[in-house]
Amino acid sequence: MPLLEVKNLQVRVDEREILHGLSLTVNKGEVHAIMGPNGSGKSTLSHVIAGKPGYEVTGGEILFEGEDLLEMSPDARAAKGVFLAFQYPVEIPGVATMTFLRTALNAQRKARGQSEFSTPDFLKKVREVAARLNIPQDMLRRGVNVGFSGGEKKRNEILQMALFEPSLCILDEMDSGLDIDALRIAADGVNALRSPDRAIVVITHYQRLLNYIVPDFVHVMSRGRVVKSGDKQLALDLEASGYAQFEDAA
Amino acid sequence: MPALQETVDRVRRIDVDQYRYGFETLIESDKAPKGLSEDTVRFISAKKNEPAWMLEWRLEAYRRWLTMAEPKWARVHYPKIDYQDLYYYAAPKPKKSVTSLDEIDPEILKTYEKLGIPLREIEVLEGVVRPEGERKIAVDAVFDSVSVATTFKEELKKAGVIFMPISEAIREHPELVKKYLGTVVPTSDNFFATLNSAVFSDGSFVYVPPGVRCPMELSTYFRINERNTGQFERTLIIADKGSYVSYLEGCTAPQRDENQLHAAVVELVALDDAEIKYSTVQNWYPGNSEGLGGIYNFVTKRGDCRGNHSKISWTQVETGSAITWKYPSCILRGDNSRGEFYSIAISNGHQQVDSGTKMLHLGKNTTSRIISKGIAAGVSQNTYRGLVTAHRKATGARNFTACDSLLIGDKCGAHTVPYIEAKNSSALFEHEATTSKISEDVLFYCVQRGLSQEEAVGLVVNGFVKDVLQQLPMEFAVEAQKLISISLEGSVG
Repeated sequence: MPLLEVKNLQVRVDEREILHGLSLTVNKGEVHAIMGPNGSGKSTLSHVIAGKPGYEVTGGEILFEGEDLLEMSPDARAAKGVFLAFQYPVEIPGVATMTFLRTALNAQRKARGQSEFSTPDFLKKVREVAARLNIPQDMLRRGVNVGFSGGEKKRNEILQMALFEPSLCILDEMDSGLDIDALRIAADGVNALRSPDRAIVVITHYQRLLNYIVPDFVHVMSRGRVVKSGDKQLALDLEASGYAQFEDAA
Repeated sequence: MPALQETVDRVRRIDVDQYRYGFETLIESDKAPKGLSEDTVRFISAKKNEPAWMLEWRLEAYRRWLTMAEPKWARVHYPKIDYQDLYYYAAPKPKKSVTSLDEIDPEILKTYEKLGIPLREIEVLEGVVRPEGERKIAVDAVFDSVSVATTFKEELKKAGVIFMPISEAIREHPELVKKYLGTVVPTSDNFFATLNSAVFSDGSFVYVPPGVRCPMELSTYFRINERNTGQFERTLIIADKGSYVSYLEGCTAPQRDENQLHAAVVELVALDDAEIKYSTVQNWYPGNSEGLGGIYNFVTKRGDCRGNHSKISWTQVETGSAITWKYPSCILRGDNSRGEFYSIAISNGHQQVDSGTKMLHLGKNTTSRIISKGIAAGVSQNTYRGLVTAHRKATGARNFTACDSLLIGDKCGAHTVPYIEAKNSSALFEHEATTSKISEDVLFYCVQRGLSQEEAVGLVVNGFVKDVLQQLPMEFAVEAQKLISISLEGSVG
């Protein structure tokens, strides 16, 4: 059974159709890249999978491990293993990152009927993951993303990904606002999470990111549909020829 | 942070409209006849075996009250109160005069047990080992109009600290009461304070002698139990030269369909180099989701930094009451004195809050700090009203004010009304204010990480009020954190 099956998905926002029958199948162990110009519906797809309010699904379905994902609340989806790394992670003043991580992890575990982590076990786990991602302890004591640099925010997303161990990771424009060094650290963090039990979907404008996170499949989106799928070579071809060729195809 | 997790669990368990303290204790009570007259005042004074001077003081206040009008400037609305339709005194009927906890009606002790208030000294007397780090707290419990129990009296006595019901202090320490009562909040101060002066029935009295650091937290729990009864408690705290005291106050009431009046007066006096820290967790019944019932909390609280280098700090967490009208203030009279006000005011459902502080800079080099966090949800209205003034002679006065409001949903309102007056050109007053809404993006971020909507709101709000929570003594901070989440129950769709 595929991990994620998006079938003929149609989505509207404010009476305007953004996705016009999009289909995508992702299996465990695979890394997919979704590319496309601005406004092609990439972020909409990621938001609808994660359950962000404000989108109206008018047709099609999304199955996650065979279950109807659209019937689940966003927090239930998270507990099932859907993780979205945000393009613009929000700031939550006054809530220490450590507190946030623990509250979220325990909420997920509880929803899955697992016991909560004890404090020492939790601290050990966080420190281990944080060290791997070059995240200083001091950052964990600060408010969630408050005063974090762009790179720190993205690393914090990957820290959560590593901690929650989701089966589906969607990375929305992970490379936006990152310099080359920050990008490399973030990409290394993601690569460390590649596993036969997990699928990763990378959403990006640019081929650049795919030099660091090498995908098994590349899909090109235009005007609310997947217009072409291929392997990593497709991304390189796009880099040379641009998206314009697909505008008409859509 | 386990407290947070507990908050989250609790929120998940409770239903809307469930006020945790809404039970009623069935006991016989001794009431004054309904209505207010000189006879009512005499009745109360006689019940308390008060000396003649006290009765005179009350009667003078009563006569003054007859000439006064209810204040109308606050941003709160309620039907006219019929002051003749209230009981001004209700006491649990004692079988005889009470000298120890064992003689108190077990029903009352049970009530306090339900509220989680440790009245029993027995465990201490019998040497029960308490968990490490848990501090002792002396408690004065006020049930309707009467103080029913004060704990740790002996231990405090050794340190020279007087902590007793004010009715007892009037009899046992008349010189102290006479010297300080009404010197911070005069009997003529305002409609509700004047009413209180006439009919106050009990409350706490604290005197900390020179140079003494009070060995434990002092605490009073107020409980309104009787129907149609106003509660008018009076608290007087005096910190003599170089002393320190931390005082906590908690309030609850049963759930009732009618509104009940609570008009308390609190007076604090800090002499040279003394410090008073006064913390309140106010959780009077706020009324139901239709806005029916709830307490009218019309309270006058004021501290006088009478001595040089004295300090008074107010911390309040206000989650209850149908209407709150309350401005704990500091008169910074002594040179180099300091006043602080830290407040969290939460309104949900149909609650109306008009609260804030006054910092009156009279002495030289006086400083004050105001941190106010207002959170409005439901169809509630939440107003911060503050006054900061520098007297002509208040050279070097400094104030910093930060008022932040957070809105949850789109049917509530937050208002900030600061008054700033500097009559001395060297005064430096800073005022910052923000109003924000819990954004959909922040909530979605949290739920994407596995938190439910309500857990997410609880988390964001607790983060918003963190600066103030940190000011509370630890035990109260945990309690307050729980309250905050409970009172926001059902605030998101």
